[in-house]
Amino acid sequence: MYQYTEFDRQFVRTRAAQYRDQLERFLSGQLDADAFKPLRLQNGWYIQRHAPMLRVAVPYGELSAAQVRVLARIAREYDQPSHEVFQGAVAAQNRLGDIQLRDGRAIGSRLPTGYAHFTTRQNVQYNWIPLDKSADVMELLASVGMHGIQTSGNCIRNITSDELAGIAVDEVADPRPFAEILRQWSTLHPEFAFLPRKFKVAITGAREDRAAIGWHDVGLQLVRNEGGQFANGAEGALGFKVLVGGGMGRTPVIGTTIREFLPCDQILNYLEAVVRVYNRWGRRDNAYKARIKILVKAEGQRYIDEVEEEYRQILEVDGAPHTITAAEFERVSASFVPPALNCDRKTADAKIAQILRAAAEDDIEFGRWLQRNVAPHKNPDLRAVTLSFKRLGQAPGDATADQLDAVAELAERFSAGEVRVTHSQNLVLPWVRCDQLPELWREARRLGLARPNIGLLTDMIACPGGDFCDLANARSITVAEAIHQRYQDLDELHDLGEIDLHISGCMNSCGHHHSGHIGILGVDKDGREWYQVTLGGSDGSALSGPAGPGKVVGPSFSSSEVPEAVEAILETYRVLRNPNEPFIETLRRVGAEPFKQAAHQVRHDLERRAEAVAEHAHQA
Amino acid sequence: MKLIAANAEPTATKGQNVLELANDADPRQVSLAGIERIELQFPKFTDGRAFSQAFLLRRRLGFNGDIRATGDVLVDQLPQMARSGFSSAVLRADQDLAVAERQLARYPAYYQGDAVQAKPHFQKAA
Repeated sequence: MYQYTEFDRQFVRTRAAQYRDQLERFLSGQLDADAFKPLRLQNGWYIQRHAPMLRVAVPYGELSAAQVRVLARIAREYDQPSHEVFQGAVAAQNRLGDIQLRDGRAIGSRLPTGYAHFTTRQNVQYNWIPLDKSADVMELLASVGMHGIQTSGNCIRNITSDELAGIAVDEVADPRPFAEILRQWSTLHPEFAFLPRKFKVAITGAREDRAAIGWHDVGLQLVRNEGGQFANGAEGALGFKVLVGGGMGRTPVIGTTIREFLPCDQILNYLEAVVRVYNRWGRRDNAYKARIKILVKAEGQRYIDEVEEEYRQILEVDGAPHTITAAEFERVSASFVPPALNCDRKTADAKIAQILRAAAEDDIEFGRWLQRNVAPHKNPDLRAVTLSFKRLGQAPGDATADQLDAVAELAERFSAGEVRVTHSQNLVLPWVRCDQLPELWREARRLGLARPNIGLLTDMIACPGGDFCDLANARSITVAEAIHQRYQDLDELHDLGEIDLHISGCMNSCGHHHSGHIGILGVDKDGREWYQVTLGGSDGSALSGPAGPGKVVGPSFSSSEVPEAVEAILETYRVLRNPNEPFIETLRRVGAEPFKQAAHQVRHDLERRAEAVAEHAHQA
Repeated sequence: MKLIAANAEPTATKGQNVLELANDADPRQVSLAGIERIELQFPKFTDGRAFSQAFLLRRRLGFNGDIRATGDVLVDQLPQMARSGFSSAVLRADQDLAVAERQLARYPAYYQGDAVQAKPHFQKAA
């Protein structure tokens, strides 16, 4: 992990002090709500449906055990609403009613307190911290080099990366030194704090895109250039393939490649051009059209030409002031030298074989865990292990204070004191010795964090939705819970195989519904909760194919129909699949029609069902 | 950075050559010959276009005169104005000069190069 210098530490402390000054002026009435809003947002503080929400920055997802313990303490001591706030929230959520399941059960809002939540952008959120304690929390975070800088607002947001950065077997180069240099460059950038809209950057150094770079305002992929050929992985000069103008929201767009190869030391100079041109020309008259994707789509080559001209002037007139020097690259890279770990693989194999020979139940469960939750590592003696935070009774990506404390201990015992937040709302232990896998499995299972469902249906992504978020049209967590309850059987889950199920409570797409193989989007109709279902989206991975949004399955479904629609879609897959064919491939091979027809059949209202089928026949 | 209260006497000395630039104008398209002061507009403090204009004027075009922030100028944006190349600012009427000075004095240094300190922190630290 990046080791903070005294400069970095002082910077974060100064930021916390600055925030306290701003908060106190707001609470005393000296600073009005409009002027305070972007200041608190750029420190991660939203005002949500029931209470403030804090988004803590986790740069490119990396956390130390000490940081996880502070996150646990914040959950325990500060993620606690007053009695009045909580009672008001309960009353508001009760008015939304329950999802009625076919078997007679009903699922309503739970509103847990004392939790932290992992987001798709590798950050950590809290839902209940009172605003008058917000400055105390920022100081506590600063004590371990943490903050909420630019986790919201119309600025360059916290940078995300591959959860396996620096350890992936398919890596061209470690993106973390660049991610850290980009973090420093973007932090309190004077010129780019009030852009037309938010600006998200993702960076990967691997061939398999685990960072969904095509879906970002800027997506960066490390490549090597050999003799003018773009041969990924071959020895040669290191550079970036630069994508600009991807994004989800109301208008899903995949980023345009505006540079096939940019020398890696020029990335800051180049991004300054990318953002400056956007700051000038991005629309400010309509928030829905203000993202850079709209500008790139509208202007196309003209945007690219202007960026290239601006870049040329930054190099030639300004003197390329942000060129990354070899000394700085080495200084930052030194923080990312792998910990010295290795193990006796013979002992490891023996231990694993012993467990596989033991009780039949252990055999199956441990085997499944090895298959789903344990990933190969650049160092053949090590493995990357995913702790599953997708379990019944907890919202996807939620963790209690006790679970976080336990994770800190696991990180220290098994992973060189490091843990990472993943894009799919789990945690990864990146440095696990293979001879310690059996012990880690036992500990993780004891803690309820060893569910072998990584990449499977119940490893679903969901935003906080209408349980907490002020923007949501409908709840996400209740839908996630309903589907999770239906798919408890591990045999069935493993039989269904790899499926990306993504749930967003509104068009802002924090639950990435566009990129789900099955996407669910909350829509508001007549003040009730409705859900649009999409099929065939992709985040851009090898499993899912090129990045792209899914296609809508007819009119929206009621909350009770959604779990049944998902079930109907999966039943159709089971009938139509070839042996060993994943869901997304069957969907592509046979097309969406049979899946849509099956989903229409679950509509409770017969008139609406007939309409959907008729409309469908018309379109076909 | 020179701070000017909204109700202060107009500071333009007679005959001073002042250019007012709307925030959608390209500063590279205007003639700066003989200009002593350029006023850049913040129609709303959340509209950040003038930061880029100031940067281009100060760094790219080498303008040495006064660059003044006008309009919805609030104390909490002053540090970034100063770093983008503004040398004076007319504060919105309700803003407090003492609070403004406190914000300007807060950070001893920043990470990235800007219009005033062209080199990024890592080059200065090296």
